[in-house]
Amino acid sequence: MKRISGLFLALLVLAVVVLADSALSITGAGATFPYPMYSKWFDEYHKKNSNLSINYQSIGSGGGIKQVTEGTVDFGASDGPMNDEQLKAYADKHGSGILHFPTVMGAVVPFYNIPGVTAELNFTPEALAGIYLGKITKWNDPAIAGANKGVSLPANDIVVVHRAEGSGTTFCWTDYLSKVSEEWKTKVGKGGSVNWPVGLGGKGSEGVTGTVKNTPNSIGYVELTYAESNKIPYGNVKNSAGVFVKASLSAVSAAAAGAAKDMPDDFRVSITDAPGKASYPISTFTWLLIPQKFTDTAKRDAIKGFVRWALADGQGYAESLSYAKLPKEVVAKELKAIDKIQ
Amino acid sequence: MNSRLRWRKFVSGFMLTMTGVCAMVSVSVLFFILGYLLYHGGTSISWNFFTKLPAPVGETGGGMANAIVGSGKLLLLATLFGVPIGFFGAIYLAEFGGGPIAFVVRYAADLLNGVPSIVIGIFAYALAVLPFKHFSTLAGGFALGLMMIPITLRSTEEFLRAVPRALREGAMALGASKWKTIVSVIVPAAYRGILTAILLAFARVAGETAPLLFTAFGNRFWSPGLNQPTASLPAMIYNYAISPYDDWHRQAWAAGLVLLGLILVINILARGILSRGISVSRS
Amino acid sequence: MATTTTTVPSAGPVVGSRSFLSRLRDGDEIARMITFLFAASVVLVTLLLVFELWQGSVLPRHKFGFNFFRTSVWDPIFDQFGALPFIYGTLVTAGVSLLIAVPLGIGAAIFLAELAPARISDTLEFFIDLLAAVPSVIYGLLGVFVVVPLMRVYIQPALKSTLGFLPLFQGPAYGVGFLTAGIVLAIMVIPYIISVSREVLLSVPRDQREAALSLGSTRWESTWKVVVPFARGGIMGSIFLALARALGETMAVTMVIGNNPIVSASLFSPGYSIAAVIANELTEATSNLHYQALIELGLVLFILTFVLNGLARLLIVATSQKGSGMGHA
Repeated sequence: MKRISGLFLALLVLAVVVLADSALSITGAGATFPYPMYSKWFDEYHKKNSNLSINYQSIGSGGGIKQVTEGTVDFGASDGPMNDEQLKAYADKHGSGILHFPTVMGAVVPFYNIPGVTAELNFTPEALAGIYLGKITKWNDPAIAGANKGVSLPANDIVVVHRAEGSGTTFCWTDYLSKVSEEWKTKVGKGGSVNWPVGLGGKGSEGVTGTVKNTPNSIGYVELTYAESNKIPYGNVKNSAGVFVKASLSAVSAAAAGAAKDMPDDFRVSITDAPGKASYPISTFTWLLIPQKFTDTAKRDAIKGFVRWALADGQGYAESLSYAKLPKEVVAKELKAIDKIQ
Repeated sequence: MNSRLRWRKFVSGFMLTMTGVCAMVSVSVLFFILGYLLYHGGTSISWNFFTKLPAPVGETGGGMANAIVGSGKLLLLATLFGVPIGFFGAIYLAEFGGGPIAFVVRYAADLLNGVPSIVIGIFAYALAVLPFKHFSTLAGGFALGLMMIPITLRSTEEFLRAVPRALREGAMALGASKWKTIVSVIVPAAYRGILTAILLAFARVAGETAPLLFTAFGNRFWSPGLNQPTASLPAMIYNYAISPYDDWHRQAWAAGLVLLGLILVINILARGILSRGISVSRS
Repeated sequence: MATTTTTVPSAGPVVGSRSFLSRLRDGDEIARMITFLFAASVVLVTLLLVFELWQGSVLPRHKFGFNFFRTSVWDPIFDQFGALPFIYGTLVTAGVSLLIAVPLGIGAAIFLAELAPARISDTLEFFIDLLAAVPSVIYGLLGVFVVVPLMRVYIQPALKSTLGFLPLFQGPAYGVGFLTAGIVLAIMVIPYIISVSREVLLSVPRDQREAALSLGSTRWESTWKVVVPFARGGIMGSIFLALARALGETMAVTMVIGNNPIVSASLFSPGYSIAAVIANELTEATSNLHYQALIELGLVLFILTFVLNGLARLLIVATSQKGSGMGHA
């Protein structure tokens, strides 16, 4: 009995070791915003390159930045670009820089679960800031009802939902609120992880979507695809030109139009509250954070190959998942920037 | 006088019935959990669940094959790491130890046992992930193994001590040295209890999630070897349960059923081994 | 004629000092050293853990000092970290869980120890032990899909309409929150209270009960007024054990507590616990201060559970020894 179990154990250990590293495995982590897109991409890319698996864990943009800086993952992903401090921290730790590569664009939508209300609500910037500051507490508040004549809103308490962890989606949302609300800017500020005045915390875009889906009278903010694929109604937001715009791929592209022409070399740019009648005001790029220097050449080449594919064939998957394709100018610029990865 | 007695008797009967109710409520929770998991998990278990890798977000048809294998690898590593330390440490305590050193060891083991699993996760992250610059199955196995040490150590020590002196003295009288006595007489005599201890420790860490969040991390694909992040059943359950996708919820139930089934079977097995008579009586 | 001499191998301990090398050749000494190394490694690893927690939290300890425990602001942007909401949440959820689990658990333990015939007692105890083996994430799973909707749709509104005048039960019914987390925790810790209390009650000597009964007390009176007080220490110990478990619980809590770091008088409010915030934020705490503040929270949790576990053990051991004068092996 003992001998058999010992033999079995030895075989198991052997099998485990033998299966070791027969394929190249790359690990990335970060934003949940583009996760549906990335999981599709990595799955498709794996089908095309069966001995390469890119394992992406959606832990939030904050996690992506931190883990790529610690060096525990090979690349990161974030919808909030790394700020100068974070870039410096990376450079100090690694002795070389980290590059941003936009992959797709998306929209952050205010989505809600109000019993009896299926209409698309109109949200003014004041309404959104007021709700998230905790000053507007009921759905039938004039600040909301005023923009939605014809919809009967109940007198229920609003359940505010936000992200529990560091998030690029949060960065985009708070970036927008800071631009449209002076009170928000001074009281809360913009960042991946803020001191929320009110609300429940959901883990990841998935957690926020789950919470809103299951909690009546709730409102949350999340990437468009999560609201759409779960068939949760989301509202139109009034942009800087005074038009209530529904989040759509064309509206996001309109928001990015100006940035596309003036894209900085490091690709870090904010497109919230963009000018233009058709622009959706809470749009954002999402970036892959790729180290400039790789010690493992196999990984470096694999990642470079993937980025090239993502900028070409990969863009074809974006629209069906409710992400906007990158503007042509940006793609061209990025293809040149790939060579910076050593 | 009589009415007071009747009141006291009534109170007595009532309160004792209430205790019975408490017991029933407590036990029925277990059956509720089992039943609920069986119903929701049972309807979701499919061939796909056991054989397929996770599908891209929002698509159906994926499974948890890599999580099952991942959990297996993690638990194997945990056992290989934690059990020998616990086992040999227990031999030291039971056979050679005494005095302050043994006290310190026991104290440390009890301390380790009481550490919340999230703190073990922090420790393993700082020790086994950051310096090596990657998440890995090894780090996850290390974290789980740490949790297995105290259980294995204390229980094994107890069962070793329970071996009657007569057996030890008999062996010594026949000229066996101490270590030979341990190897050929004492450990075999206590082996049932030791096996139980290992099984219970195994079942305890099989369901642990928190330490894996920062060590094994997670993987949507197969995890080759031991140096890559890996998926695990408990972590998948957590991620899928808080997601908004119904398909993922179904998979979470199925995984919950598999995990709980495994843990309960091990527990029942362990108790069965023990109850079939400890190898030696504990008089 | 050849004489054969046989050397008798040395058996038994040799008195007097031997050189290290000669001791080394003795198999016993090697065995002792090897097993000692393993035993010592347990101590080493534990010391290392405490050291890591202490060293890893040096920044916030120096920056905030004891204010860490008094401030409620947890702001990663402005690098302000106050632990109060998490400590509050951890204590409140644990407190609620005990309020529910202690009466239920002690009641069940009394039933199992005093009333139930041995076979039923053992069978039920078997099931209770299985309940203790259910992993936390499964409780979380059931929490999210069963308890939370139940709370939001039935229990919270009911409490609000009946006891809503108390600040405890005010505020909107989210489904998640302190109360929900407390209820889920209660289910998780009941088995600990039951199994330890049951053992301690069983170890109370028979003559205590019989003396009470012979003085004319009812069954309940002898149990409640004589046996239970005798076992009081051990029962307290089981409560401390349960408390320690409840404080350290991560997965089940983070799935149902609402993840909002506030201090609120209402049990309906979403909250946060130490373990939950560590689980959510550790992998992404970009600033060193943030990361170390989380480690300091871990240190706090560690110390809390350490103290409680120590107290528990003392109480349980003391009570069992008190009762085992008559040979409870």
